[in-house]
Amino acid sequence: MVALPPCERPRLRCCAASGCRSAGAGPLLAALRAAAAAGDISAGASAAPEPLEVRSVGCLRLCGEGPLLAWDGPEGTRLFGGLTPAAAAALVAQVRGVAPIPLAADPALAGHQLDLEQPFFRLQRPLVLEGCGIVDPECIEDALAHGSYAQLRRVLHELSPEQVREQVRRSGLRGRGGGGYPTGLKWDTVALQPPGRRYVVCNADEGDPGAFMDRSVLEGDPHRLLEGMAIAAYAVGADHGYLYVRAEYPLAIERLRLALQQARQQGLLGSSIAGTAFALELEVRVGAGAYVCGEETALLHSIQGQRGIPRTRPPYPAQAGLWGAPTLINNVETLAAVPVILRQGGDWYAAIGSEGSRGTKVFSLSGAIRHTGLVEVPMGTSLRTVVETMGGGDPDGGAVKAVQTGGPSGGCIPAALFDTPVDFESLLALGSMMGSGGMVVMGQGTAMPEVARHFMAFSVNESCGKCVPCRAGTVQLLALLDRFVAQRATAADLEALEALCTMVKATSLCGLGQAAPNPVLSTLRHFRQEYIAALGPGS
Amino acid sequence: MSAATPVPAPGAVPQLHPQPGPGPCDGDERIARLIRRQGCQGDGLIEVLHQVQEIHGYLPKPALLQVARALRLPLSRVYGVASFYHLFRLQAPATHRCAVCLGTACFVRGGGRLAAGLQRRLGLALNQTRDDGAWALEQLSCIGACGQAPVLVLDGVLFSAPLVDQPKALDRWLTSLGLPAGVETR
Repeated sequence: MVALPPCERPRLRCCAASGCRSAGAGPLLAALRAAAAAGDISAGASAAPEPLEVRSVGCLRLCGEGPLLAWDGPEGTRLFGGLTPAAAAALVAQVRGVAPIPLAADPALAGHQLDLEQPFFRLQRPLVLEGCGIVDPECIEDALAHGSYAQLRRVLHELSPEQVREQVRRSGLRGRGGGGYPTGLKWDTVALQPPGRRYVVCNADEGDPGAFMDRSVLEGDPHRLLEGMAIAAYAVGADHGYLYVRAEYPLAIERLRLALQQARQQGLLGSSIAGTAFALELEVRVGAGAYVCGEETALLHSIQGQRGIPRTRPPYPAQAGLWGAPTLINNVETLAAVPVILRQGGDWYAAIGSEGSRGTKVFSLSGAIRHTGLVEVPMGTSLRTVVETMGGGDPDGGAVKAVQTGGPSGGCIPAALFDTPVDFESLLALGSMMGSGGMVVMGQGTAMPEVARHFMAFSVNESCGKCVPCRAGTVQLLALLDRFVAQRATAADLEALEALCTMVKATSLCGLGQAAPNPVLSTLRHFRQEYIAALGPGS
Repeated sequence: MSAATPVPAPGAVPQLHPQPGPGPCDGDERIARLIRRQGCQGDGLIEVLHQVQEIHGYLPKPALLQVARALRLPLSRVYGVASFYHLFRLQAPATHRCAVCLGTACFVRGGGRLAAGLQRRLGLALNQTRDDGAWALEQLSCIGACGQAPVLVLDGVLFSAPLVDQPKALDRWLTSLGLPAGVETR
């Protein structure tokens, strides 16, 4: 959470996740620490003030205003955006109460304070992101102080694997990676396989363009994920697991490796965890730039050191996964939701959200929108609330045209349908999908055939080449879309486009190919006039 | 993929050359060591290739052979994996690399115009390397910096590109980053 209750001793929290880093969080953090240390020394002679804590934390949500800095004090939390290292001394002076001018009049800080009462922050319901922005992701003591691993300990001592699965079943949690498969059911399937070795795998190959929710969890609160994964391993009887992270997330990989090492040192991973007979080894596996590895069977091949090529299912990984053993694969956000479900109970979690889509979902908002960043809201919140109320709509004051959900597997939803609640079924009914949680907002200037071509080019590039409908079909679809973008398509092209979409969708081997036509189909459905207008003369 | 010539320009940053055949190749012992550390397991192939690429900047043929022998895998399997994943390079990288993000958020915020400007300036198509090996223009699909869109990554440093709507101002900004003027400047 970003805003914290008032506290006696002031403290600074600076976001040091990838987004804010690229906006200059590194130099700002260094300057703040230097200013804080200098203040300790100079004031040391007279008042001997308390040392000022400057903590490096995970995502503070409003990524577009980065680098973000939260100041906690007796009056609650204040949030600042876009500060440069030059403003560090002025800010530290304000925090220490030794500034010569009031905060509002301070020229170094004017215009940088962000309103924490705005809907973007007020309407958030942080469960998965509960600790993100508060805990220091590189410090396990801090994570422990904020309750990490408490549920793992409790579960190991008090609950049977069946009781854990019972809570997850009751929570109604569904896979957050895009598929929406009931998590409890998946856990049961793995647990009830014939006796033998089992694996647990975390899918952290967040590849959808415009999606950075999982990265924020990995970078901001890795211990929560490890706790969730350890609980999952206990519930299904696994003693070995892998975290498959895309290579494009170097900071996430670094923090995850550090977190694993710290957890082992604390006896929270390895053998006889928390003094029980439960043992678990976890390893990080790094991808190498292949979107298709987000597909579970391709991911398993990649973990085994092979080309990331999907295979037909069944057998499902829950029956035969890594090296033929039953394997539980869950996405980062799914596993990160597990500790809170066990802490509060499955029924408590199920009371949040909507029928069929329980709990909260994290979305990353980007594109033509005023507030770019991360939001966690109860399922069933309307698109209008997320995009317009929280996101603030178009940055130039124009009307939003559409929102794209689900990445290259999803679709575009026109502004006229923004009253739709965000849940698995409603988005599917509109020809889009929940996907992993990326929401890219598009303004009036964005032409839909171009958007469709953009995604198709992505799918052509990322098709693994195993099955013909995807390998060749996406190339043909791209060629057709080129003609629409160049305004020289014919009525026959439009017919061919629709027929080919249907064919590729129906006959491709894996999710990548089956969903590749979705951006075309959804824009055809909601913005058909743009395709008609792109027909060349004489057709 | 472009044909990069691994001949360094005089005065350019020195590059590692592929050493065909046996010879005093500095990488050999390092590769042997990292494979031993990996436990000589075939399932560690991707991790091994990552580390080899860190040493050489790409995956030279002799190194692939060495990896195949040490992990007791067919060379076809090693090459198959090396050529499958986008991040593995089979040719020496250019001295300077400019990568433009064309993820959805960057696309919506004018990433296409930024890419077009870079192509004009460097005289290169996307995913192409200049013949002298000095510059490569690459395309990325989302690095998660959607809050700063549109972005480009210049020699590993991320920049948020302002002013994509104003070609002249964009051009001045690119000059300030040290990007050379391309064939069609002026």
